[in-house]
Amino acid sequence: METQEFIPLNVLCSQYGVEMSFVSSLQQFGLIEIVTVNEAECIPVNQLKETEKLIRLHDELEINLQGIDVVSHMLHRMQEMQNEILMLQNRLLLYEDNE
Amino acid sequence: MSFVDYYKVLEIDKNASEDDVKKAYRKLARKLHPDLNPNDKEANKKFQQINEANEVLSDPEKRKKYNLYGENWEHGAEYEQARKNQSENKNRTYNGGFGEEDYSDFFGSMFGGSGRGTQTKFRGQDYNSELQINLTNAYTTHQQTLLVNGKNVRITIPAGIANAQTIKLKGYGGKGINGGPDGDLFITFNITNDTKFKRINNDLYASVDLPLYTAVLGGEMMVDTIDGKIKLKISPETQNGTKTRIKGKGFPFYKKDGQFGDLYITYSIKIPTQLSEKEKELFAELSKIIH
Repeated sequence: METQEFIPLNVLCSQYGVEMSFVSSLQQFGLIEIVTVNEAECIPVNQLKETEKLIRLHDELEINLQGIDVVSHMLHRMQEMQNEILMLQNRLLLYEDNE
Repeated sequence: MSFVDYYKVLEIDKNASEDDVKKAYRKLARKLHPDLNPNDKEANKKFQQINEANEVLSDPEKRKKYNLYGENWEHGAEYEQARKNQSENKNRTYNGGFGEEDYSDFFGSMFGGSGRGTQTKFRGQDYNSELQINLTNAYTTHQQTLLVNGKNVRITIPAGIANAQTIKLKGYGGKGINGGPDGDLFITFNITNDTKFKRINNDLYASVDLPLYTAVLGGEMMVDTIDGKIKLKISPETQNGTKTRIKGKGFPFYKKDGQFGDLYITYSIKIPTQLSEKEKELFAELSKIIH
């Protein structure tokens, strides 16, 4: 079965019950990428998870776009730091195993 | 199974209005939301608790029932059980046995499966990890333990894994919330070279010293491969920098059993040093013949 690589914005908006303008704003803030495929605006499937998260932050926590921008940036940095900690812990584990 | 004080969970008074419940829930949700606390099990657990508390206290019917039975919830459950049995509704139970971990046992006892579909399902957080292995280990399929979010995960690393390659272990990431699927674990490999071979894709490259006399006259010599030594035939008059390919003695193809790259050997001819008088004489004689 062929995997769909892009999701049309109108499908996304109707599925998640969000306004098209909200998704466009996410793009304007540089939080998601919108591409045009066959004259339809779409988001790449690999961005769906991140987009869902942004929609949840907006809907469930009532965070405005500026807030979402800040939160996303901080979460990204946090993830980077967690990855670095894990990487260092695993390097340490390698040395401990060799002892 | 113990009593859960939903008012305490939401940090509100028993007389709190619906609006107060809503405000308290929102305040705590902003603090404990899984999207804001990736990989934090404690926060995720608390988020489930506040969701549960909100579901009960923001619903007048459920709140009434909760207030009515309160700490004597066990009797309330029994009462409800009896009432349901009487109405011969055999499809619902109050024993909390729904096979889900999203709600406390207490909630299951009091409210059974009602309202279970109202909470947002969250896919568990994806974990990213880096694993350092050496080239010798990457040559064979082997198991290794790595630490992910405080837990030791034992994984099988297929032979032929490449440097900077990332593999995905489905479902090894953070636990899903409210019935959502578990996240995935992404492991990026950092391969350090502990051998004298240079690896390019699945081929290996090495340089070997070739004695002058063998290079000139030809012969045999033992050379190292990554999995042992092999005997190589050297053609007479082999030139410095000559490259030879040994088929199938390179690196294994990733997840392709029995397929290997090649080993490329470059000969580096060694000129003898500290020649004896006799050797010098012979070389001189040889040079006269050549010239």
